[in-house]
Amino acid sequence: MPQMLEGSQALARAVALCRPQVVAAYPITPQTHIVENISKLVADGKLHCELISVESEFSAASVVLGAAAAGSRAYTASSSQGILLMSEVLYSIAGLRIPLVLTCANRAVGAPLSIWNDQQDSMAVRDAGWIQIYCADNQEAVDATIQAYRIAERTELPVMICVDGFVLTHTLEQIEMPSQEQVDGFLPDFQFSRALNPANPISIGTLVSPDYFSEVRHSHHQALLNAQVEIQSADADWAAVSGRSGGGLLSVEGDPAAKVGILSLGSVIGTLRDALGEYPDAGPAKLIKLRTFRPFPEEALREACAGLTDLVVLERALSPGSGGIIGTEVRAAFAGRSDMPRVHNFAVGLGGRDIPLDIYPRLMAAVKSPSGASFAIFDANLDRLPEADR
Amino acid sequence: MSETTIPLSELRRKQPRFSGLESGHRACLGCGQALAARLVTESAGPDVMLANATGCLEVFTTPWPESAWRLPWLHSLFENAGAIASGMEAALKAQGKATKVIAMGGDGSTFDIGFQALSGMLERNHNVLYVCYDNEAYMNTGIQRSSSTPHAASTTTSPVGKERMGKRHLKKDIIQIIAAHNIAYAATASVAYPSDIRKKVRRALAIEGATFLQIHAPCPLGWGHDGAVSIEVARLAVQSGLFPLIELERGELTGAMPLRTPKPVSAYLKMQQRFGHLFKNDPRALEELEHLQAIADHNIEIYHLRGDGEDALDSEGADTVRRGGIRWA
Repeated sequence: MPQMLEGSQALARAVALCRPQVVAAYPITPQTHIVENISKLVADGKLHCELISVESEFSAASVVLGAAAAGSRAYTASSSQGILLMSEVLYSIAGLRIPLVLTCANRAVGAPLSIWNDQQDSMAVRDAGWIQIYCADNQEAVDATIQAYRIAERTELPVMICVDGFVLTHTLEQIEMPSQEQVDGFLPDFQFSRALNPANPISIGTLVSPDYFSEVRHSHHQALLNAQVEIQSADADWAAVSGRSGGGLLSVEGDPAAKVGILSLGSVIGTLRDALGEYPDAGPAKLIKLRTFRPFPEEALREACAGLTDLVVLERALSPGSGGIIGTEVRAAFAGRSDMPRVHNFAVGLGGRDIPLDIYPRLMAAVKSPSGASFAIFDANLDRLPEADR
Repeated sequence: MSETTIPLSELRRKQPRFSGLESGHRACLGCGQALAARLVTESAGPDVMLANATGCLEVFTTPWPESAWRLPWLHSLFENAGAIASGMEAALKAQGKATKVIAMGGDGSTFDIGFQALSGMLERNHNVLYVCYDNEAYMNTGIQRSSSTPHAASTTTSPVGKERMGKRHLKKDIIQIIAAHNIAYAATASVAYPSDIRKKVRRALAIEGATFLQIHAPCPLGWGHDGAVSIEVARLAVQSGLFPLIELERGELTGAMPLRTPKPVSAYLKMQQRFGHLFKNDPRALEELEHLQAIADHNIEIYHLRGDGEDALDSEGADTVRRGGIRWA
């Protein structure tokens, strides 16, 4: 039976259903409610785990690293500055191939200080070697969290579940919470093949010389590419249990005959779904929901774009001095190919700026009269800036 | 019936003893840290997990695909040994296991970059023994000053020159800072006193909760002395009062190794090139020597290190080889 739950509350319950043995976190807006809810579940005896309230995000990530290495299922969550403070540990977790799950309540990265949503934080650590899954709504976030443990534990790769801060974390939504039996049936107990064990001592995290480093990096890269299969099968198997699919690597909706596609990730998908209905005259469009950003699903993307003449890539982050992050990767996926659509790459909704429904007709207009620029911040009000900065 | 006599020395050699850190690693000759790590793990026994900060110890013990460790060992970063150890301990607790966790780091990762994670681990009172191998500088990167480097010591980032007499700041009083966390047990030790290390490791591991051990460990390369005299140098640090061996329980001083006859600090300093400039014809040298002697005198005063008469466990007696008896007290 669906329940009205705040995103963070639902996420905390989803985490509890996965029976984590160690949870470590440090509070940061907008991740706080997740950890508060988990703390309450522990206090009420509804979740039995070691809850470690650490002194920084850096230690939160380090604690879960140590816990998983010692053979326990572990969970942490953060946002923004916290993700960046963790970044060195995030590389360490991935490089050591430690399976665990982190929720990133997506938020802008300062300076200037902003506590509101965009996706600069998770994008900043895209090269850390984690699987990254983006959620369009809180139901997806709940389902993805449960899938994440199976994916992580089967691939021995950490998984970051990205959930837009405030837009999802602080929003009440009708959510179908899975039962404990469903989750237990889907997710076996944590068995880590390389867990630290005095009976069979191994050394984890040794010094690797140039003789071996490239091979380690290759196998990590390959493991991420191979993880596409596990991501899809986890989604399909969970759909068989729950009746809900998150869309695997990516999913396509809207008019299948449309020549224009809009690709995005996270909660803006919900806005675009509504906008498509609100503005039927703006022209037919295909909506491509990129659910898995790492590994980057090149082939699935090319398939999804078949028949498109124009593709709008809408993202909530950028690489200053270069442009769009996802847009650049989308272009690279088509490099040298004749079926490459014209790519219109925009950042929107930075630092929590609202993305209104009329973004859709405005994007469609922009496709018809392209400016020629390879990237722009679509909703920036340049009139506010001095001439030299425009 | 004939009796076979086996010499005692051979019997001792044949006695199986657990070794956590095997020989064959790549430490320098006379490395104090390698010796200390061997003593610590030997005393701890096999039911232990290790969390190792980045540094010499991590580098010289684990050049892939080799490892000198016979214990489960995890290295992640320079500054998170305290936190990964916290996580390992939490996991063991969740699994209902009694295996002990030992975190290890040099003075760089303990006094400086990893201090926050260590402080958090102590405040949360994780059941972890944190061992700091204190060789008083960043040796792994090539002898740069740390907050543990003693006053006036020359390092590559506190070199001696026309304007400078080595490090301008005092050695951080880490043991008092650690003890201020009100943990059950914090102690200092020295590689010059192996049985004292063993005793303190066992004591710390018997306690449920966070404990801390700071082991003074000479670095022949960084301190500028022959590897053959590491123990002698370390012993003089203790005997001069510059490195007092103390035990603190819940912040209170509960033990100190008495000094039979305090040695002048110059006896310790002149064995090391890092203090070589203090023995040159320079008016500032005398001032620095006086300063360092004053630090030692202060330690002797506040920790009541002056012994009264001959004591089997004082700075002259404690490292004497004895057969059985008090040595294993």
